[in-house]
Amino acid sequence: MSVAQATSSTTAQLRREAETLAEKFPPLLASAERLAACVMPGEHGRRRVGTGDEFWQYRPSSAGDEISMIDWRRSARSDDALFVREKEWQAVQSVMIWLDMGRSMHFSSSKSLPSKVDMARRLALALAILLMRGGERVGLANSGLPPRNGHAQLMRLNSAIAEGEDTTDYPVPELADAPARTRAVLLSDFLGDLEPVRQAVTGAADRAIEGVLLQVLDPQEEAFPFAGRTVFESMGGTLTHETLKADELRDRYLERLADRKAELWELARLAGWQFNVCRTGSPASAALLWLYMALAREH
Amino acid sequence: MWALGPLAFANPWLLLGLPLLPILWILLRTVPPAPVRRLFPGVALLLGLADDEVQTDRTPWWLLLLRMLAVAAAIIGFADPVLTPRADTVREGPLLLLFDGSWADAPNWSVRNEHVESLLGEASVAGRETAVVSLTDLPPRPVLPFRSARNWLSDLPGVGPEPWMPDGPAVLSWLSGLDGRFDTFWFSDGIAQDWRSEALAELQERGQVSVFESRHPVLALKPARIGDGTIQVPVARSRSNETSAVVVVAHGLDPGGIERQLARVDVEFPEGESEAEAGLSLPPELTNRLTRFEIEGIRSAGAVSLTDDSLGRHEVAIIAAREEREGSRLLSPTHYLEQALRPGADLIRGSVQDIVLASPDVIAMADVASLAGSERNAVEQWVRDGGLLLRFAGPRLAASDIGREAEEVLLPVRLRAGGRRVGGAMSWGEPKRLRAFSAASPFFGLTVPDDVTVSSQVVAQPDPSMAERTIATLADGTPLVTRKRLGNGQVVLFHVTANADWSNLPLSGLFVQMLERLAVSTRQTLPSAEDLQGTVWTLERRLDGFGNVSAAGTIAGVDGVRLVTESPGPDLPPGIYVGESGTIGLNAFGASEQLAAAVWPVDVPVKEFAASQSLPLKGPLLLLAILVFMVDVLATLWQSGRMSRMGAPAAMAGAVLLWHASPAPAQEQDFERLVSAASEVTLAYVITGDAAVDRVAAAGLRGLSNILVRRTSVEPAEPVGVNIETDELSVFPFLYWPVTDAQPRPSAEAYEKLNRYLRAGGLIHFDTRDAVTFGNGSGGSNATKLRQLATSLDVPPLEPIPHDHVLTRSFYLLQDFPGRHAGRNVWVEAAPADALQAEGMPFRNLNDNVTPVVIGGNDWAAAWAMDAQGRPMFPVGRAFSGERQREIAYRFGVNLIMYVLTGNYKSDQVHVPALLDRLGQ
Repeated sequence: MSVAQATSSTTAQLRREAETLAEKFPPLLASAERLAACVMPGEHGRRRVGTGDEFWQYRPSSAGDEISMIDWRRSARSDDALFVREKEWQAVQSVMIWLDMGRSMHFSSSKSLPSKVDMARRLALALAILLMRGGERVGLANSGLPPRNGHAQLMRLNSAIAEGEDTTDYPVPELADAPARTRAVLLSDFLGDLEPVRQAVTGAADRAIEGVLLQVLDPQEEAFPFAGRTVFESMGGTLTHETLKADELRDRYLERLADRKAELWELARLAGWQFNVCRTGSPASAALLWLYMALAREH
Repeated sequence: MWALGPLAFANPWLLLGLPLLPILWILLRTVPPAPVRRLFPGVALLLGLADDEVQTDRTPWWLLLLRMLAVAAAIIGFADPVLTPRADTVREGPLLLLFDGSWADAPNWSVRNEHVESLLGEASVAGRETAVVSLTDLPPRPVLPFRSARNWLSDLPGVGPEPWMPDGPAVLSWLSGLDGRFDTFWFSDGIAQDWRSEALAELQERGQVSVFESRHPVLALKPARIGDGTIQVPVARSRSNETSAVVVVAHGLDPGGIERQLARVDVEFPEGESEAEAGLSLPPELTNRLTRFEIEGIRSAGAVSLTDDSLGRHEVAIIAAREEREGSRLLSPTHYLEQALRPGADLIRGSVQDIVLASPDVIAMADVASLAGSERNAVEQWVRDGGLLLRFAGPRLAASDIGREAEEVLLPVRLRAGGRRVGGAMSWGEPKRLRAFSAASPFFGLTVPDDVTVSSQVVAQPDPSMAERTIATLADGTPLVTRKRLGNGQVVLFHVTANADWSNLPLSGLFVQMLERLAVSTRQTLPSAEDLQGTVWTLERRLDGFGNVSAAGTIAGVDGVRLVTESPGPDLPPGIYVGESGTIGLNAFGASEQLAAAVWPVDVPVKEFAASQSLPLKGPLLLLAILVFMVDVLATLWQSGRMSRMGAPAAMAGAVLLWHASPAPAQEQDFERLVSAASEVTLAYVITGDAAVDRVAAAGLRGLSNILVRRTSVEPAEPVGVNIETDELSVFPFLYWPVTDAQPRPSAEAYEKLNRYLRAGGLIHFDTRDAVTFGNGSGGSNATKLRQLATSLDVPPLEPIPHDHVLTRSFYLLQDFPGRHAGRNVWVEAAPADALQAEGMPFRNLNDNVTPVVIGGNDWAAAWAMDAQGRPMFPVGRAFSGERQREIAYRFGVNLIMYVLTGNYKSDQVHVPALLDRLGQ
């Protein structure tokens, strides 16, 4: 084989690989954009970057309010009470997204359904777009991408989300790098060991990080439509379980799944987080709306 | 072969596999079904969940049983079991299988053969030497051709029934020459024969005889004859108590020369009678075209009666010189001719030109001297085409100068002036008698009565060719009848008058016989031996034992006498014989023969042969094994959970369907629907099988119906889908046919129905829906499909809708016919090329009929389509212009339906000025 041929074949391969890589971005970004367009921010005031001078409400002053906080003009109009003028909360927030990209997330029970990781990726990126549009800073905990805003950050997020892979079956959430007092979004199927999740969430809660747990499940995982002698394998092949009558296991499996959801809900409640389940079979926009509302809830 | 009661096995050693079944049972029981490997992320939640029961690691007993059953069926099936309920006497020694082999065997031939095959099979198992002999096809020497039975099996298909009966004396002499001992299985045809008892005695001397006979009576047709103006075909049956009714079918050629069934008649046997008559009354046209009669449903030479000239009636045209002498009919120049011809021919009269047009078989001219030039040419042409011109002399011919100097085309010989008179009052000599006919004459063999005399005649001018043209002479050698071949036809001249003026020949029976021999008239009865003396007939079409008629090939001619005196035999095969004077049909079953059932002595066992004596079970058992295996596959899938829960019932249904393997019963006509469709104007669309297209078509017609109700007085009912295979089309004035790629080609019956629909004034609107210009070999796949669909349709030449077509003004004035697409080309039946511009009108006087098809590709249904709320279902075009296009599409639809319902009514407006003009007067 001549050098020229070798070179050309290498170039061709490189190009093919590059195209394979690149082709993921626009569709993912586009679908995330489309998804984000479904949610119109409008219920609360964080519509643009501001210095926080939007009027929000007057409230009677209480002990501990600084004098400088008192709105004298409003207070003068009333007979006795002093009022404090509160402004709309417009501080920029940081949101860290952690996305489970383990092998188990690559499962989809039917060709017509997206895999769980695809769903999670779309949700994550769409949420990032929405939040950035609202002026927030978004980072990705998986690759340690610190929260920032701007188009460049969106591109970085996009590539990190689209390219990211995890070879383990059930990866562990990484929230240690998340700055304190930020917000966290954990997208996973939470089917693996729950202890690392518990540690991550409680650890984050200790650092005043509030957040959201979204469990992404495939419909088959909630239905367990199996029968007969079956060997179940995890996606990475690390776990196997053999049964002779899969249909006998259904009730107990569903019970365990319900327990798992209850555990997560309890964990979220204790940490002041929120928990929800989304299925790959149902529209992503509903899940996105819930995510967005959950992040915005307390304001 | 190893027998177990009535069950015999060809490969019994295979049954040794049956003891293996218990071992298989144990093996299968211990091997659990293989697990399914599934990727499932939720496995983490499953860890530690133990199975409640461990029993299912073994194959369930019923599945085992199923598999055992399948394997057992396969083993037994491959052992080739044969169920033989008949316990035949398996004997030793040589065996003779004797067939009658006559036509009476033909209806049961295949059943007999099966029986013979099973007998041969048994004989080969028993190792008996066997001979198979057919009495209609005896071996030349009285030696039985003994061979191994298996050897005969391969020869058996070569033995067939012959269309004649065994020759009794020959059979007896052959049988008496046999020696040695053998048993005989005699397959009798069931007809009584006088030689049967003797033959039976001969056979019984040599061994045991068993007789096999069909229990069905033998039916046969006798030659048809004319009686009381109808054709009568006698039907005979061998047993007078069975088969009370048969159907006799008359076959013949249609005007196109294709053989068809021309008539059929039910015949009922009177109780206890062995013969019945089928009477048919057919117009002469049909009678002349008859070729044979058959008993329906019976394949046998005896059940076929070939027709010959005795049924056919020639058309004879008679042209006489004068017709004026009314009242003295006996003196009419043609009276005796008519009398001679009337029983056997249809007579026509008229001018020469009319007669030639009618193309008769014979033109007889009595004392006609000359014909006008054009008439002469017409007659000459007719003769050259195969006609027979029969001329009689008379005073006019004698007085004329015709044929004096040179030979006249329409006369066989030159004539001397004046003729001659012999034996008259003014002449010398006796009236002349006729000389016996020579061998070269067509009259050879007819006896000449002594009292036939000739007193006057026209005399032929001696010519070199005269000798060969003379076919009858007077005693003194002067020609009396001369004949000349002219093209395919011939000209015959009787040198005497056709009445008794010159000769008493026309008064004699010889005259009639001569006319018959010349094929001028036809016989009414079978010719007698005397009539046929000296004639030679060749077989043209022969009849085989099964009653099939085929070309005979070249076979030496036979003496005519044999045709009426002998029965058919190997050297006189039945069929149609052709001779100089016509055709004679020799039937396998003659008019004088009788059918009676054979009677056997009590000590001879007579058995029936049944359709199948032994039942091979290999096929059914293997089929059972396969089916059980298939059930096993399904059951295993279901049991191991590989078949999804939803799939299981479907698979079961599939298995059930497979089991039945019969098509669903044809859909019953929905008469309610037809009645409602007939009672109101109903638009219909052809169901294409593509659900989306059908839905759009239905919605489109619904939309069009809405528009029609709103704007016109046409108020159609809810449109219906029509299945062109099963539905009645005639109640729908209009069929919308969206063409899809995937549509199957309609069946031949459906095409017939569609063509009937089109001819009866229906209109089919083909829509390729792809806006591709149609015509000139271009077009998309739908257009190609349309072309395929329409090839078998009776579609006239087409043209794009001309600007003056009625469709352009049947309700709205339109020049465009858009649907969802705005293709311009919409094709309708082409106007006749000679259509003229109507006076004072901007359009032509167009043809009177409605185009049977409208073909285009504008997807009209989509433009018309409305949902239940009356809103358009599909966008058309863009914005306002699109709505305008939809409006025009609606208008086209209205015009189309108006055109369908009122035809060319609008075109009739061109006649208004003329009508007004006429009213004014």
